Amino acid sequence: MQKLTYRCALVALTALGMGGGALMAQTAPQTAARPAATTPAPSPTPATPATPPRETVTGDLGAQARTSIVITGFATPDAVATPAGNTSALGIQIADVISADLERSGLYAPLGPGGLRLVPMGEVTAPQFDSWRPTGAESLVQGFVRADAAGNLTVGCYLYDMALGSELARNGFVVQPRDWRRAAHRCADAIYSRLSGEAPFFDSRIAYIAETGPKDARIKRLAIMDSDGANHRFITTGQSLAITPRYSPDYRYIAYVSYLGDRVRVYVYDVEAASQRAVYESSNPTFAPRWSPDGRFLLFSMSVAGNTDIYRIPIEGGTPRRLTDNPGIDVGGSFSPDGTRIVFESDRSGGQQIYVMNADGSSQQRISFGGGRYATPEWSPRGDLIAFTRISGNFRIGVMTPSGGGERLLTDDWQDEAPTWAPNGRLIQFFRTTQGRNGRSQIFQVDLTGVNLRRIPTPVDGSDPAWGPILP
Amino acid sequence: MRTTAKAMLMAFTILAVSGCAGRRAPAELPPVADSGYDANANTGGVANAVVPGSQADFVRSVSSDVIYFDTDRYNIDDIDRAALTSQAEWLRRYPNVRATVEGHADERGTREYNIALGERRANAARNFLISLGVDGARLNVISYGKERPVALGSDESAWAQNRRAVTVTVQ
Repeated sequence: MQKLTYRCALVALTALGMGGGALMAQTAPQTAARPAATTPAPSPTPATPATPPRETVTGDLGAQARTSIVITGFATPDAVATPAGNTSALGIQIADVISADLERSGLYAPLGPGGLRLVPMGEVTAPQFDSWRPTGAESLVQGFVRADAAGNLTVGCYLYDMALGSELARNGFVVQPRDWRRAAHRCADAIYSRLSGEAPFFDSRIAYIAETGPKDARIKRLAIMDSDGANHRFITTGQSLAITPRYSPDYRYIAYVSYLGDRVRVYVYDVEAASQRAVYESSNPTFAPRWSPDGRFLLFSMSVAGNTDIYRIPIEGGTPRRLTDNPGIDVGGSFSPDGTRIVFESDRSGGQQIYVMNADGSSQQRISFGGGRYATPEWSPRGDLIAFTRISGNFRIGVMTPSGGGERLLTDDWQDEAPTWAPNGRLIQFFRTTQGRNGRSQIFQVDLTGVNLRRIPTPVDGSDPAWGPILP
Repeated sequence: MRTTAKAMLMAFTILAVSGCAGRRAPAELPPVADSGYDANANTGGVANAVVPGSQADFVRSVSSDVIYFDTDRYNIDDIDRAALTSQAEWLRRYPNVRATVEGHADERGTREYNIALGERRANAARNFLISLGVDGARLNVISYGKERPVALGSDESAWAQNRRAVTVTVQ
């Protein structure tokens, strides 16, 4: 059973030298390559890394609008076998993951590590800027991977400015070998944050629903994966319909709806213990679970004699508190990041619209007034925007401010539904359904410009993506 | 009153048999294979012998085990009343049989809203059955939202067939 309690410690690279001899100089970029062990391995080809299929890019910034970054294969002081493979191969794979992450952000045009020369260990901290100038790149990423006696990997990650010829950032991560991709994601996050000024998001996971089978008997399974689709795992067997998962803020639990026993109920699944419990015992259906930002409460929707309202319950159980009291359908809900307010949808005006209220249910106020219907509001982790599904002909993903202003639609397809925010509030995933008897659902990602739209690869079809926060 | 209801039931049985399912009902009905309910699946005995009180008997006896709704609506109209009246008659005849009313929505709605909408529809049907004297304790409700369409196309005709409440006996 894979655990979510990764060990991924941030260490100061300046302290690393104590371990296995001076791997790098902290201040003198001119430090020469260590003698002997720097001969590049004759074959730089990694042992066929199991890379997931590439995303389908359907909309993109022009290459000229993206910042070009050279990413070299990470060096290793000693080619050592680890449970995750040889460190020399890992160095290339880590650079591959960083390159794919930065590319997927939509902001960067990575070059390498494929097709680039291998950088010896000593050059990691003493970059040969002149040798990369012909690429025209603005930034350079180099790094190393080293296995220690305790069986951990240390991954060092360096970002350089080509024009200035200077270091912009350095980070080091100590991980268990099986978590090597996390070290790569954290390195990509450090680069992305330093260059864009935005908060990180690559080192995060996604819960979603894997779909197979015909439209009238679809099998829907709870599944989880990394933000890039790797480390995919099915959680439920598909015997009962599973829908609408949400990761708890600490990734320990997933709240979702299961049709187990031909009932509609919210369950909280314990990822490590692989066990689950119904969050509230009732003969009424409970659905649409949502976590409070502190993970102590769940919102859920419950239908009583056909009327659906939103309730809040402590995660350990107890008596739910009813937050809406209206003959219309009040459903869903999403907390503001500070936990003081909730955005939700209601058809009390005659059709689905978006409302905000205080976390205790007071001061309910409509904020969407455009044509058509508005559904599935999700408050950005940054607090500045609310993402939604707008239904007016097509189903489209859009954003507006929490007071209902500045509406922008980001997609335009037959049926795009249910946005979920990246941890940094700059990208949105959702699912796109196609028409007809063979209609299918797949997970897509779009940035706030609406320009960078791409499909996130999953082993089978997917829906209901729910992006978790940056991993603890 | 009873005679009127019987007459209506007769009339609608004829309508159903002739394939004219009524004003709001879908223009095209899905092929039998797609219906999800095989009338022959639950005869409980010899082939072609329908056991009284069985699901097959229910489907055969009522004017319709399905009622249909307009987009986002859940009101019970005259055609629905006739179908539910025939269902209630059958259910009163077999007081030991329980039933589940399934609420469904078409695919042109968001997932969670559609579950709430299916709840409304199934409860509307259930409430009408109760008003006709069926003990509410015998009637379960479940909403499938848009998860279990009966017609697979993405057009008005398919959506009209999927906006439905289906009464299924629990055997």
